[in-house]
Amino acid sequence: MSMGPMGAMRGAGAAPPRRSRDLRTTSRRLLRLLRPDRAKLFAALILGVASVAFMVSGPQILGNATNVLFNGLISKKLPLGMTKAQALEYLRLHGHSQIAAMVSGMNVIPGTGVNVGELGRVLGAAALVYLGGAAFNYFQGYTMAGITQRVMAAMRRDVEEKLRRLPLRYFDSHPHGDVLSRVTNDIDNLTTTIQQGLSQLLTSVLTVIGVLAMMFWISPLLAAVAAVTVPVAIAITAFIARRSQTQFAAQWERTGTLNGLVEETHSGHELVQAFGRRRATVAEFTSQNQRLLESSFRAQFLSGIIQPSIQLVTNMNYVIIAVVGGYRVASGLLSLGAVIAFIQYSRQFTMPLTQIAGQMNMLQSGLASAERVFEFLDAEEETPEITAALTAPAPARGGQLTLEHVSFRYEPDEPLIDDFTLDVAPGETVALVGPTGAGKTTMVNLLVRFYEITAGRILLNGVDYRDLTRDEVRRAFGMVLQDTWVFTGSIRDNIAYGRPDASFDDVVAAAVAAHVDNFVRTLPDGYDTILDEDASNLSSGQKQLLTIARAFLADQSILILDEATSNVDTRTEVLIQEAMARLREGRTSFVIAHRLSTIRHAHVILVMDHGRIIEQGDHDELMARQGLYYSLYNSQFAGAEI
Amino acid sequence: MLTRLMRTFLRPYAGRITVLVLLLVAQTAGNLYLPNLNADIIDGGVVTGNLHYILRTGLWMLILTFAIGVFAIIGVYWASRVSMGAGADIRQAIFTRVQNFSARDMNSFGTASLITRNTNDVQQIQIFLQMALTMMVIAPIMSVGGVIMAIHEGATLSTLLLVVVPIMAIFIGIVMIRVIPQFRSMQRKIDRINQVLREQITGVRVIRAFVRNDAEAERFGVANADLTATALNVNRVFALAMPVMMMILNLSSVAVVWFGGRLVSENVMPIGNLTAFLTYILQILISVMMAVMVAILLPRAAASAERIEQVLDTAPAVSDPPSPVTPSRHDGLVRLDGVSFAYPGSERPVLDSLRVDFEPGQTNAIIGGTGSGKTTLLNLIPRFFDVTAGAVLVNGVDVRDQELETLWATIGLVPQAAYLFSGTVASNLRFGRPDATDAELWRALEIAQARDFVASMTGGLDAPIDQGGTNVSGGQRQRLSIARALVKKPSVYLFDDCFSALDAATDARLREALHEEVSDATVVIVAQRVSTIMHAERIVVLDDGRIVGVGTHEALLNSCDPYREIVISQLGEQAAR
Repeated sequence: MSMGPMGAMRGAGAAPPRRSRDLRTTSRRLLRLLRPDRAKLFAALILGVASVAFMVSGPQILGNATNVLFNGLISKKLPLGMTKAQALEYLRLHGHSQIAAMVSGMNVIPGTGVNVGELGRVLGAAALVYLGGAAFNYFQGYTMAGITQRVMAAMRRDVEEKLRRLPLRYFDSHPHGDVLSRVTNDIDNLTTTIQQGLSQLLTSVLTVIGVLAMMFWISPLLAAVAAVTVPVAIAITAFIARRSQTQFAAQWERTGTLNGLVEETHSGHELVQAFGRRRATVAEFTSQNQRLLESSFRAQFLSGIIQPSIQLVTNMNYVIIAVVGGYRVASGLLSLGAVIAFIQYSRQFTMPLTQIAGQMNMLQSGLASAERVFEFLDAEEETPEITAALTAPAPARGGQLTLEHVSFRYEPDEPLIDDFTLDVAPGETVALVGPTGAGKTTMVNLLVRFYEITAGRILLNGVDYRDLTRDEVRRAFGMVLQDTWVFTGSIRDNIAYGRPDASFDDVVAAAVAAHVDNFVRTLPDGYDTILDEDASNLSSGQKQLLTIARAFLADQSILILDEATSNVDTRTEVLIQEAMARLREGRTSFVIAHRLSTIRHAHVILVMDHGRIIEQGDHDELMARQGLYYSLYNSQFAGAEI
Repeated sequence: MLTRLMRTFLRPYAGRITVLVLLLVAQTAGNLYLPNLNADIIDGGVVTGNLHYILRTGLWMLILTFAIGVFAIIGVYWASRVSMGAGADIRQAIFTRVQNFSARDMNSFGTASLITRNTNDVQQIQIFLQMALTMMVIAPIMSVGGVIMAIHEGATLSTLLLVVVPIMAIFIGIVMIRVIPQFRSMQRKIDRINQVLREQITGVRVIRAFVRNDAEAERFGVANADLTATALNVNRVFALAMPVMMMILNLSSVAVVWFGGRLVSENVMPIGNLTAFLTYILQILISVMMAVMVAILLPRAAASAERIEQVLDTAPAVSDPPSPVTPSRHDGLVRLDGVSFAYPGSERPVLDSLRVDFEPGQTNAIIGGTGSGKTTLLNLIPRFFDVTAGAVLVNGVDVRDQELETLWATIGLVPQAAYLFSGTVASNLRFGRPDATDAELWRALEIAQARDFVASMTGGLDAPIDQGGTNVSGGQRQRLSIARALVKKPSVYLFDDCFSALDAATDARLREALHEEVSDATVVIVAQRVSTIMHAERIVVLDDGRIVGVGTHEALLNSCDPYREIVISQLGEQAAR
């Protein structure tokens, strides 16, 4: 185990394999997903019953055919012209009392051979029954395919909707790799389970019931022998499953952890290399990989022995049936056809039972994933939007923001922003300055309602945030954020992200204003160039410009510029600042400022430190006060003095 | 693709696989022999009424059954060992390979895709292996054994197989031809869904800020509906395939009884053999179906294998030289000797014939516009990329002639985007030098202007850091990233525009402290802000991939127009005077 940074946290985070919290709850919840398809499910059930009914009567009819054959064989051996009673007498006289006992239960016509006509009729019936069974089976499978695909589509949709309802806090505090593993690896695994498991499970269970019924009909004694296997099989499955379930839970948890580790090291790839950490990182991976191997092997082995165990039980049962059946036929209590049919049934019985055992294997793994998915779906959501939301009256230009006694804390016992009051008139520029970590980003999180304030209130154009929907609040804001996120799609679509209905001319205009147009035109496909997730075809400065273009086009009444131009070259920066100034004209704007030009022109400068507003005023006032702003300004400007 | 991957990764398990196959053969042989014994019970016991014979054969069957069960369980053990073991090996191989990737290799795959390949794709291979190692082995033995036993029970009747098996094969062939392309497209659609979800997680702030939830929902909805449609299609084909195969199987039984019945009635074949034959033909067909089940997994596994192989086949663009040269000097001199760099396939070089020395004990600054090649230039020094012409020399030796670990040991990198690893403050700081003392860590924190906030964090040096460093602010992250490089005490420092996230006061204090501390190392700073670099001993002005000026602030103000422009734009006219 390496002592690297990753080692420390992961060692603590990877808890010993825990028993799946509540299997029954998870299964019940999974079944609840099927509720909208009740009618279809019922139809599938009926079709399944019909199909199984046909299928299980097949061996019985085939058994009849064997009886016809056997009758014919025995009949042929008996002297022609005798009645059955005479033939029995004849057999006993010749010392074949046991055969006589057997023949007494048979339908023999001494001296005749196999009745081919009847054999043909019986087999014809068998063929028809099998055809019917197949047809019903197809319709059932078709219906089930529809149901399972709908359920999985719904599940994926639920997960995706959940992503959009989770508070930002969730994403800030959970490793993306693990979240990703839940919404991809686990969902994938669950899909496979439901897709392959559900339909088969239904057929298997129905077949077991149907076969058992047929067996009881033919011979209650033999059926009772066969039926014993069911509780034994269930007991074995339950016994093993309880143990393997823990391992499956561990397997998927460790997959999530490993995923997180891979994501982390790949994200910091250059650092891992440049800091000579390759060997340590690989060692860390090896130990995590080994842990995953352990639990996945155990899960696979434990769940894997269910099937052979059940097979052992059913095979033993098969032997017992053969022996007991043989006895019964020999003593004339049962026809040979019945025993053969029975043996066929016990095979038919064995197959679905072992199949169920095999499906349990898959089901367990699936349930472990389902639990992780449900856990994700149960994560605390943002407070629900108010139902009777108001619309913030929008002034002609700019927006008015009022913050009254606003407090906020990430941790309950660590106040971050405390009793903060500010009134911003339409069209004003507010500059946020202060040492790093003073709470400027937090301020932005609150303004656009990424996080909810813990006390006080914020008013947008005179309306309390809490009377508005989050979207309504955010629609007022145009943002240039620090993280330059682009999505898979064309440059045009990326620029038009905030205003998808914008015309191409508008897009180009925004691109020109943000100086994106220049480099876009040099790309072979221009505005139709497809960017990938990592936008590896753009430099970080270009990405930054793209985000600015996005904000230009979105054209909102309040602007938030979060260190927007830190990666833009200085000459372009001047042009952008001019453009920004134009954009700010008449609009309310919050600027997290590092540059003197922005600061000097601000109507209000908020100087923040330790989450509080320490000083507030315009440039001249603050300079006159000779406080923190004064020293900040001087230290920056001092460097510029020659 | 799949075979190649299997061949490579199953080789270490050859011994265990041999044992496994033997176990499976024994198990299958037992299973094949059971119906034979059953036929004996009927022919030798039931028909003749010999109860003793029934009992004796029954006991023998029981023993056999038990042996089969034991073999099967041992078989599962080895199958799980091999499939999960090979899976872990593949994961290890992928991860290790990626660790040696150059920046370009990383970009061409993308982080997210590499994650998927490392876990999700390997998972597919594992599922396939687990199935293949049992069913794929059993199925052929079962079919061949079944055929032999069937012929043994009734040679004449076995001609039926000549009809049934081809019908089955043709049907399966048709299904596979239809389904395999659909499976491939399904895999692509799963990838697409995962991509959309990934983007929603990474872009959550932007999506919300632009109120684009509905559009994202639609984007996802389209991908979801697309996948569902294909999956539905595939599953419906299977809904048809299974009953049809069962039907072929069952009708075969009917045919066996019909034709077999005639043989029985003509006394050519005993009736017990007929039942045994029935069982064998079922077994043959069931094993064919089992093989089909594995074959269903094949396209997905093959697609995954291909994606895994792509990673494993990528020879890192940058690797250790065959005979590395160890530099004799260690002062940290960096020399660019006519360095040019162009991305593959691009005509215009990003960097064009750069010739400059970054000397030890000096602060060397690189300034220039976006796209002027500053970061690219910096990335050439630790060999994240290789030059296309000329050479980069560190400590007097071409970086391409040095062992990578040796080269990297001389370099302290502070990238543009500060990235921290999950763990603690201390574990992050010790990233480059695991044996650094606490005192050294505090010293580095002090220089990086991070001492105060670390001291105020609960736990201090042991305060937890989330993945990526998301639980500290951007500026704090940047300072920790700087401290991390300082702890390493390298002879070459590379600061890639890392001061921009700092406010001006912190920036100024940091630079001052840095200057005092790092007096003998080579410092290379890429910067946007003139104020950050104006005191540097050597300022290199880059414009469009070419050096347009080298010198001190004062010298450049007089001689270099692009530099003057930058100064005026940032600091005003009077600063340039």
